[in-house]
Amino acid sequence: MSGRIAFTTSGNGLDAPLDSRFGRAPKFLVYDLDRETFEVLDNQPNLNAAQGAGIQSAELVARLGAKALVTGHCGPKAFRVLQRAGVRIFCTDAATVAEALQRYRAGVLTELQMADVDGHWQ
Amino acid sequence: MMVAVASGKGGVGKTTVAVNLARTAAMPVQLLDCDVEEPNAHLFLPGTPAGEETVYVRVPVVDASRCDGCGECGRFCEYHAIVALGNTPLIFPEMCHGCGGCARVCPRQAIQETDRRIGIIRKTQAGDILLVQGCLDVGVAMAPPLIRAVKARITGDRPVVLDAPPGTACPVVATLRGADYAVLVTEPTPFGLHDLTLVMDTARELGVPFGVVVNRMGIGDDRVQAFCRPRGIPILLELPEDRRIADVCSTGGLLVEALPEYRERFQSLIIALRLASAH
Repeated sequence: MSGRIAFTTSGNGLDAPLDSRFGRAPKFLVYDLDRETFEVLDNQPNLNAAQGAGIQSAELVARLGAKALVTGHCGPKAFRVLQRAGVRIFCTDAATVAEALQRYRAGVLTELQMADVDGHWQ
Repeated sequence: MMVAVASGKGGVGKTTVAVNLARTAAMPVQLLDCDVEEPNAHLFLPGTPAGEETVYVRVPVVDASRCDGCGECGRFCEYHAIVALGNTPLIFPEMCHGCGGCARVCPRQAIQETDRRIGIIRKTQAGDILLVQGCLDVGVAMAPPLIRAVKARITGDRPVVLDAPPGTACPVVATLRGADYAVLVTEPTPFGLHDLTLVMDTARELGVPFGVVVNRMGIGDDRVQAFCRPRGIPILLELPEDRRIADVCSTGGLLVEALPEYRERFQSLIIALRLASAH
């Protein structure tokens, strides 16, 4: 397996909880499967955005070069942006980033084919 | 003169003050209902319909054959209504405020604009009052462009009263901007004072001078007066907690017509506003 995978989280490491929100996730942990390293990026500006948090978070994840996103849920606008950017989306109820990563590696996560929650406006 | 009636807290009597103020003016006035998410001034001002028009924002459409995916449009858009990731941009019309910036910055003239309906403006002539109401379509989360459209109907030849939405967010800013004076309505409670101070900050930021109306005197304490007095903030009008006021409002009546003793109070409010605007 190779490439960079983005996870939504509220913490700073692999043991941190996987945050079930995508657009308003506090942070993104980007794991590099080639080097077995990770970095954590603050999503604070989008967390506090009045509107468009999903779109902006999706742009951020795409620009980080992630080929896949593992999170709790994904709304319609974020889904459109991620799909256009070629980022595959996987939803899971894993408790921690490490557990979500392990499930991703095991290939047991189902790829999201459409947004699994409604948008906030329409 | 353009007077905005605003409040931090909702349900304190903005519309009550706005409609009674407009009626007391006893001269041709425009009353603009800027609470476009739930306009209600018409309930107190039955009259003759004086026109209805549809309001649109201009949203972008990309001509894929011209677009080279440079991304200038997406970098420009503050609201991420247009997103370019190295290919033809995605457009989210419901996020677009209609500023037209993306079309202007596009170096290949690949962006045209089309109309997206956001609501209507309804005019009613009620005696001397020309009521102009914005009514946002259900499902639209874009009040400021409609509020600006309502304010664009100001004729400029008569005084204007703006009935603002509650709170301190973008719709309130869109309403207060450019007003000569703000009447800030509150109630004498901790919640009332807290939200009053927020909307005072908003008015200050916008450079709009203001005074305070305390409604439902008697349900709380004197903390609003105790806050305003040492700061030199004028208390323009105090209205008591009076069961008869509730009765009149609940049937769509005007205090200044149903309860003559309140007519004088609103007349003194008008005098206070004239004095304030003369400064």
